[in-house]
Amino acid sequence: MNGVIAIYIFMLAAFTGYEVISRVPVILHTPLMSGSNFVHGIVLVGAMVALFNADGLLEQAIGFVGVFLAAGNAVGGYVVTERMLEMFKSSNRKGPAGGHH
Amino acid sequence: MSAMNSSLSTGVINAAYILVAFLFITGLKKMSSPSTARGGILWAGMGMVIATLVTFLGAHQDLNLLLVIVAIACGGGLAWWSGKRVAMTDMPQMIALYNGMGGGAAAAIAAVELYRGVTEGYVFGALAVLGGLIGAVSFSGSGIAFGKLQGLIKKSFRFGGQQFVNMIILAAAVVLGILIASGINASPMVVTAFFLLALVLGVTMTLPIGGADMPVVISLYNALTGLAVAFEGFVLQNAAMIIAGMVVGSAGTLLTQLMAKAMNRSLGNVLFSGFGESASAAGGPVTGSMKPIEAADAGVMMAFAQKVIVVPGYGMAVGQAQHKVWELAQLLQSRGVTVKFAIHPVAGRMPGHMNVLLAEAGVPYDLIFDLEEINAEFETADVALIIGANDVVNPVARNDKSSPIYGMPILNADKAKNVIVIKRGQGQGFSGIENALFFLDNTRMLYGDAQGAVGQLIQAVKSSD
Repeated sequence: MNGVIAIYIFMLAAFTGYEVISRVPVILHTPLMSGSNFVHGIVLVGAMVALFNADGLLEQAIGFVGVFLAAGNAVGGYVVTERMLEMFKSSNRKGPAGGHH
Repeated sequence: MSAMNSSLSTGVINAAYILVAFLFITGLKKMSSPSTARGGILWAGMGMVIATLVTFLGAHQDLNLLLVIVAIACGGGLAWWSGKRVAMTDMPQMIALYNGMGGGAAAAIAAVELYRGVTEGYVFGALAVLGGLIGAVSFSGSGIAFGKLQGLIKKSFRFGGQQFVNMIILAAAVVLGILIASGINASPMVVTAFFLLALVLGVTMTLPIGGADMPVVISLYNALTGLAVAFEGFVLQNAAMIIAGMVVGSAGTLLTQLMAKAMNRSLGNVLFSGFGESASAAGGPVTGSMKPIEAADAGVMMAFAQKVIVVPGYGMAVGQAQHKVWELAQLLQSRGVTVKFAIHPVAGRMPGHMNVLLAEAGVPYDLIFDLEEINAEFETADVALIIGANDVVNPVARNDKSSPIYGMPILNADKAKNVIVIKRGQGQGFSGIENALFFLDNTRMLYGDAQGAVGQLIQAVKSSD
């Protein structure tokens, strides 16, 4: 991937993020922040690659910490987002038909 | 680069990463509507599983593979355990914690690359350094944010010239970063000093920020972590990381702006001005006295009202009173009273947090209104019932220019014919500012913990016939 293509990806992804979020109702802001927090847990694959390629004790130690932290980001982000959104669903079902949204 | 010697071809891995990016974006899109939100996190979760599996398949079978498995088991296991246990009220600091971990991981990737020595040129070096700086700041800064919201750090540390000191630390880190990225001096000592400075910067940047501003800060660090991940994704030539990181970076920036706007504070204001500590000294003196009321009288007042607007705040959630509040609301509804819930954008500790807490108690959406929708209605309400909310109903935000919260949009609860405030004691709000609402002639204070007080109100309404 050369620099120019990378810049295209950076730019298009930035617009995508802005557009996707701009239609979100306030009631979903907290789960959404949590959800986007989960999405950057993709850093896990980068940390895994860094540790796979680590050479020597220092790199292995830092890589290990990286994977540990990234796994925490991904798993923790998923668990709490799912817990919050699950409640929204059940509340929707219990609530009167044709609710607020 | 990552897949050079792997058992899976680079093509297959790249194709899988494109699928992952698609799943993430679709997942986020689905999360933008309550009915599809649950599916959204499942889609994104599927993306994460695929990304992780593909990365595993691309690995050598050696000691490092074992280390990866152990690290995932430990980090993932701890996060699973804590994520399942955390109370809904503590969600903001938990998000801060997990976010900080992501930033730390991005910084760790940068550290591995930089200790090894940058070989691919200036652009790689610069982005590795930038991602490392942002990731490390987000890591230590989120840690401080967690400590503050969790109550582990109670004080805001401030001293004169603090921002000057922060600027010096930042400048020093940038200079070292340039040395490293340009290859002038990328010795392990310089790299170590660079990361230490970045970590210190995260701490010194976050410590002076008051608790009330923390949601904005967490949201900002969330966006920053996304950026750091995108930059390290470029260093590793990993499209999934670039796309996901950048999407979060921009989405998080927008979310941060929305939150700051809701509090009528610019981002620069949040980051660079002290808030909360000197507040009561800055605000004008409040005259009058707080007038207490018995639960029985308050219950009668509500039972014979036409319209009651409930303003729940973080104190209600801390007291786990949301179920009782919903019970009270249903009881009033059965008597023909119109009950509405008014939610300030930053009720709870971040936008939408209070909606999560009310949803947990089963309050349906159509009774919940946000600030713009309901503010005009307070004038026609017989009772505004304030439960554990403080700063978001403080009228000084409208009329006292010397107050630090002046200009912040508030719920106009003071316009209601009667105001009942349930409050544990006479203390000040999260921001430490005296609340003029409590001293108004039409305000009555019902002292007690939220759950107990609302329970008494329920009894009072039941026996008011």
